[in-house]
Amino acid sequence: MNVVVIGNGVAGVTFARQLRKSTDHQITVVSAESTHFYSRPALMYVYMGHMEKEHLKPYEDWFWAKNRIEILNDFAQRINLRKKHVVLANTAPLPYDVLVLATGSKPAFFNWPGQDLQGVQGFTTMQDLDRLEINTKSCRQAVIVGGGLIGIEVAEMLRSRGIEVSMLVREESYWNTVLPPDESTIVNAHIREHHVELQLNTELRQIVGDDSGRVRGVVTTDGKIIPCQLVVISTGVRPNIDLASSSGISVVRGISINNNFETSEQDIYAIGDCAQFPDGRVEQLWYTARHQGKHLAGNITGKVTPYEREPFYNSAKFFDIEYQTYGTVPADLAGIESATWKSENGRKFLRLTHQYNRVCGFNALGIRLRSEVCLKWIAEGASVEHVIEHLHQADFDQEFTAVVKNIRLHRSVA
Amino acid sequence: MNLIQIAIPIQAEPEASIGLQEKIGFAMLTFGIVVLVIGATGLFNSIPLLYGLASIGMSVVGGFVVTAAQLRDKLPGIKNDGIMFSKLKRRGLAGWVLGVAFTGFYVLLYWYPAALTHVIHSVDTLSLLMRNKPADQWFLYGTFYTAAVIIMGIRTIAKYRNSKYQLYRTISVVTAQLLFAFIIPAMLIFFNSKEFYFHYFWPLKYDVLFPSTLKGLLASNSNLVVFMGFWSVAMTFVATPFLTYYLGKRWYCSWVCGCGGLAETVGDPFRQNSDKSLAAWKVERWMVHGVLVFVILTTSLLWINSAYQGEVLGEWSYTFSKAYGFYIGALFSGVAGVGFYPILGSRVWCRFGCPMAAYLGLLQRFFSKFRITTNGGQCISCGNCSTYCEMGIDVRAYAQRGEDIKRASCVGCGVCAEVCPRGVLKLENK
Repeated sequence: MNVVVIGNGVAGVTFARQLRKSTDHQITVVSAESTHFYSRPALMYVYMGHMEKEHLKPYEDWFWAKNRIEILNDFAQRINLRKKHVVLANTAPLPYDVLVLATGSKPAFFNWPGQDLQGVQGFTTMQDLDRLEINTKSCRQAVIVGGGLIGIEVAEMLRSRGIEVSMLVREESYWNTVLPPDESTIVNAHIREHHVELQLNTELRQIVGDDSGRVRGVVTTDGKIIPCQLVVISTGVRPNIDLASSSGISVVRGISINNNFETSEQDIYAIGDCAQFPDGRVEQLWYTARHQGKHLAGNITGKVTPYEREPFYNSAKFFDIEYQTYGTVPADLAGIESATWKSENGRKFLRLTHQYNRVCGFNALGIRLRSEVCLKWIAEGASVEHVIEHLHQADFDQEFTAVVKNIRLHRSVA
Repeated sequence: MNLIQIAIPIQAEPEASIGLQEKIGFAMLTFGIVVLVIGATGLFNSIPLLYGLASIGMSVVGGFVVTAAQLRDKLPGIKNDGIMFSKLKRRGLAGWVLGVAFTGFYVLLYWYPAALTHVIHSVDTLSLLMRNKPADQWFLYGTFYTAAVIIMGIRTIAKYRNSKYQLYRTISVVTAQLLFAFIIPAMLIFFNSKEFYFHYFWPLKYDVLFPSTLKGLLASNSNLVVFMGFWSVAMTFVATPFLTYYLGKRWYCSWVCGCGGLAETVGDPFRQNSDKSLAAWKVERWMVHGVLVFVILTTSLLWINSAYQGEVLGEWSYTFSKAYGFYIGALFSGVAGVGFYPILGSRVWCRFGCPMAAYLGLLQRFFSKFRITTNGGQCISCGNCSTYCEMGIDVRAYAQRGEDIKRASCVGCGVCAEVCPRGVLKLENK
């Protein structure tokens, strides 16, 4: 059988690897972005000089040939559903028996005036990394539009090169659509500690260029003018559905799939950031992409079972502050009780959420929790008293840190 | 394009990032080294105290000044910014020059010590003070080594000060160097006892269990020297398996050992240069275990020879041990081990050549509670752990599969866990 995967991100590659483990199918992974699989969340570290591009490859180059996964550095232009082949930009059409779309997502631009100027860009791909390198050659000031995870990572990147950064955030506090107020406030302060001009309640009205078409500043909705030589748009990402929609596959926000990852077309599947489930959700995390890729490989080789999302967890890093979240910790805590703790320097924070005295989630800033233990407590619905008493079991900080065992959680008054 | 003309104020240039304090520190460091080299001509032979202060003293103070300056205005946390752009730290010209300089120094030390005759005077005063006898090339080397470990140790502490593990570990390894490799051996000489390094054991200090050495120690009139004999045997055969079972090889390699001390301090800026490929791992396994076999063979031959009063093997076992001393002791651990820091990373010797590391590694791999735990499925395959592993372990390969890491070569420095941006790794004894 001939299996073709479009996209060599974590979803597509995990699928290909898992499929190879249990089958002898011919597997081809097509990507226009890079010849080899690399870790997208790590792009920032190349710009900061922590790593080189070569270091981002989770597998050495010989891995692909050894595992008989053919990698094709080409752009998939169109899918011919009738002839069952993929039309490529540079090579002959690629026939498939099974096609997996793992085309990921792309930055959401909102038609601001001036968004096509030189020096305006998003930051999600290898090409964006190269572009950023060029765009910051003689850049002293930059504006980041949008908070969120990409925004704060780009802020950290640019600060590492001594560039003055203004960050425009529409909301009244950083990422407060995801983080509850305490956490969001801590991150606000930390962003400012890193000398980033965090401008809350501020949106972009337009980007202004000079005669040569290069960006030289932005104007905010409240009329403020900020001079800059770089604008990074980080107002979220949307599923990359171009290939699917132009080939006649059903799409809504993402590529429409059922819970078995099947699209509207026979033998075509979609996984990862680009796929949208029947309930309307799109899962755009590294971990979910990996789970989906693995699950689909299982479906194709064995018994078809509907995908169920794993218990929720995620992590990120806001400059120096690591963030981990497990279970249910919504930004709006209405109807959910919390027990919280904050360190004296204000950079460490722990929240335990509970309902009816059953623990349902954790948020940790600057503290490492043991995933296995937290998820177990949530799954069991452990009592708040039990978790507070046994919190040391969830300590995953480096030895001698002694933070978690000394945490005294304060239960909020409901 | 919808452009409108708006007057945008031009802002002032940001200030240059390299501060005055750093410049002064670097100037002092450079001055000290220049004075040291000039002294090689014998120009300062008549003023050893002044020579020592102006060369080594000045460099040490300069080193502190630079370290202190680099700490300013930085929040605690891992800051590996710009390492891959550095000519010094990423095998650029400066790195190669430093590598050649290191290597050159070892070549002089081992094969042309006469060239250092006058430089040795820089530590004469210190040697008289500490050991009641004039300096020799080894005291000079020891002084350099210890000073470098202390200065760069402070840098290491500053860099990883967000972590108590790194703080305690670095203090331990620096203190071990200062005490066991510098002060105590000097004191032993001062009090006319035997020069002895309490933190080096067989098979790293291979000759300590050679029949002639061990019998010599045990037959001594001095209780202290007899104790050294028992200490050597006990550390190798009792303490090492015991401690490694509970703590992993790190109790030695990154907390006590002098080679480890240099690697964790002077070598820290170069840790990213170790080769992470599978091919390198294969070479490593053959080499390091080969050296261990070599030491065991040598030691056994010597004991067999000794048991038969030299009749069985004659001169041969002696030649064998001389060969080991030259090829492994000098050429490998010194010249290649330290000289290649800037090119091959900070643990070339520990990884490819150290028989103690091989012995500890076998214990760690098959007989230890130590491991690096992976935190569920949270790895994002970023590669920081593998990149900054000085032992060239592809940590990510395990972490991204959600597997714990139990590798013979891991020295437990803990830097993979420090640089992990998602809190995925933790060193544990469980």
